[in-house]
Amino acid sequence: MEVKHLTEHYDKDGYATIKGYQKLGGYENLKKALKMKPLDIINEVKASGLRGRGGAGFPTGVKWGFLPNNGEPRYLLCNADEGEPGTYKDRLMMERAPHQLIEGMIISAFAIGSPKSYIYIRGEYFYPKSIVEKALREAYDNGLLGKNILGSGFNHDMDIYSGAGAYICGEETGMISSLEGKKGQPKLKPPFPAIQGYLGKPTIVNNVETLAAVTLVIRDGAAAFRKQGTEKSPGTKLFSLSGNVVKPGNYEVPLGYKLIDLINIEGGGLKPGRKLKAVIPGGSSAKILNKEESEKATLDYECLAQMDTMLGSGAVIVIDDTNCMVDLLGVLMHFYHHESCGQCTPCREGTGWLEKLVNGIKSGQGKLQDIDLIETVARNMCGRTICALSDAAAFPAMSFVLKFRDEFEFFVREGRSKIKGTSYAKMHH
Amino acid sequence: MFKLSNKGTEFVKNELSRYESRRSAILPCLTLAQEENGGYINAEIISYLAHLMDIPESQIQEVFMFYTMYNKKPVGKFHVQVCCNISCAMNGGRELVQHLTKEFRVNDGEVTSDGNFSFSRVECLGACGGAPMMQVNEEYHENLTPEKAVHVLKNMAKGNSHGS
Ligand SMILES: Cc1cc2nc3c(=O)[nH]c(=O)nc-3n(C[C@H](O)[C@H](O)[C@H](O)COP(=O)(O)O)c2cc1C
Ligand code: SF4
Ligand code: FES
Repeated sequence: MEVKHLTEHYDKDGYATIKGYQKLGGYENLKKALKMKPLDIINEVKASGLRGRGGAGFPTGVKWGFLPNNGEPRYLLCNADEGEPGTYKDRLMMERAPHQLIEGMIISAFAIGSPKSYIYIRGEYFYPKSIVEKALREAYDNGLLGKNILGSGFNHDMDIYSGAGAYICGEETGMISSLEGKKGQPKLKPPFPAIQGYLGKPTIVNNVETLAAVTLVIRDGAAAFRKQGTEKSPGTKLFSLSGNVVKPGNYEVPLGYKLIDLINIEGGGLKPGRKLKAVIPGGSSAKILNKEESEKATLDYECLAQMDTMLGSGAVIVIDDTNCMVDLLGVLMHFYHHESCGQCTPCREGTGWLEKLVNGIKSGQGKLQDIDLIETVARNMCGRTICALSDAAAFPAMSFVLKFRDEFEFFVREGRSKIKGTSYAKMHH
Repeated sequence: MFKLSNKGTEFVKNELSRYESRRSAILPCLTLAQEENGGYINAEIISYLAHLMDIPESQIQEVFMFYTMYNKKPVGKFHVQVCCNISCAMNGGRELVQHLTKEFRVNDGEVTSDGNFSFSRVECLGACGGAPMMQVNEEYHENLTPEKAVHVLKNMAKGNSHGS
């Protein structure tokens, strides 16, 4: 069952405006937070166990705690680049509840002592950007941003910055380069952004959903926040359900919810006559689960890690038995090759190789050794590059071949897909 | 010769002082210049901006080359970007773009002879629940069928900018 905490008021008229938001208790959490000590807010967020909703699941309060105490200005960046295939929750959050994000950001900025924040939004999001821009103006007009916010003595400015089309700008150091007006190329960590980020200054990067959830931690307190979810994955989370389900959509459920229930209850199951074949549980970079695994999995960080995949951004992509896995892997390998920023040889060359190998099989020219080669190339791309895009490309490649090897072998042997009706149009990306 | 409008020049001036570093103005100013130039950017515009912004041409050039939203050649009055990533691919995104280029008799990446349309295949646009989908200029259109998409686009060409 859905548990609507973050999304409680999303379908109410006017919730995207300051009037509508305030009518339903908006900015009360900010008032409460401004009366707290910044360190107490950080400790509350730590105690809540809130984990980053952007992909890596890093504990938010712990990340904030990494900031050095050296009197340097520090920046807060909201990651609204949302490029992980399958993910479309941040767009919803910005369209329906821009003030929830802004309130969460002001509270977070107050907690970490930041005078300036940016919302880095992907360039294609013209409409959500227009909504957030309007909300920002309203917040300034109502004394919620700028100097001496609500008489607290705290000053904070917030601005919005548009990307211009590059998946890699969702990676936090790539995003920082982009915000500085450069190519969005990631930088080697350490130093982590919390030590040396935007313009070399301490910087916290958090996802839209993470920052919005901070309002809940302040409103309800850490203990109440923990009432939903599991010990290691507290709270609720938005899942972007897509692919072959009857009712795709963004659904908020407690972490630890059964994956198969999300598909069958919220998603209305598969189309009549179709059978579940596989699920990608956390965005295209997560390793794929076969049917049996999907039926056992729960949507929390620990269960999915145990199954050697990840919760990622919470994008659940459902794949039924009409899909050819060779074809779908080709789609993904094209994506990663296209998006590799090219700085690291294993990533630049590896993503190119993977795309070529899969396309070779798809064109009927593949050899059995090519299947092993996909695995070898992918293995050699892991853990040796500047950012995690290389691993993110390798994970689908390794897991598709491991779990659906029969389809790859069939294609090589027969020169055609094992799945009937896989058309020519589908095969050529 | 390319020249920004007065409003555009004013925008550039503001952007240059809006961020902590002047260089951050490059992305928004390229976006604006592309808009004023009818949808794409060329070498002349880059030199023009370098001069106007007093920023080395090489820095603007590298940004221009890196990001996919800066078009390297002319696009149609309606630039149609069809998502062909995974959730859209599973729901007919690739067939959709094929249908459209055939219907409007144009190749991927080229502009129709009347200047109205150009089509390209793009990666996930964050609308996977509405697959298959396309972006026309700044607007998203979701839950498409080939027929619906053709209808929307033909209406746009007739002057109804939202296509409905
Ligand atoms: C290739 C790549 C793409 C990423 N894209 C996004 C993204 O679109 N949105 C996002 O919030 N995080 C993305 N991340 C994760 C960020 O680097 C970072 O961990 C996150 O924004 C931190 O916020 P959180 O702790 O609140 O999750 C990406 C990471 C990688 C390696
Ligand atoms: S791993 Fe790939 S995307 Fe990341 S920095 Fe290296 S080349 Fe660029
Ligand atoms: S896969 Fe097409 S919008 Fe995400």
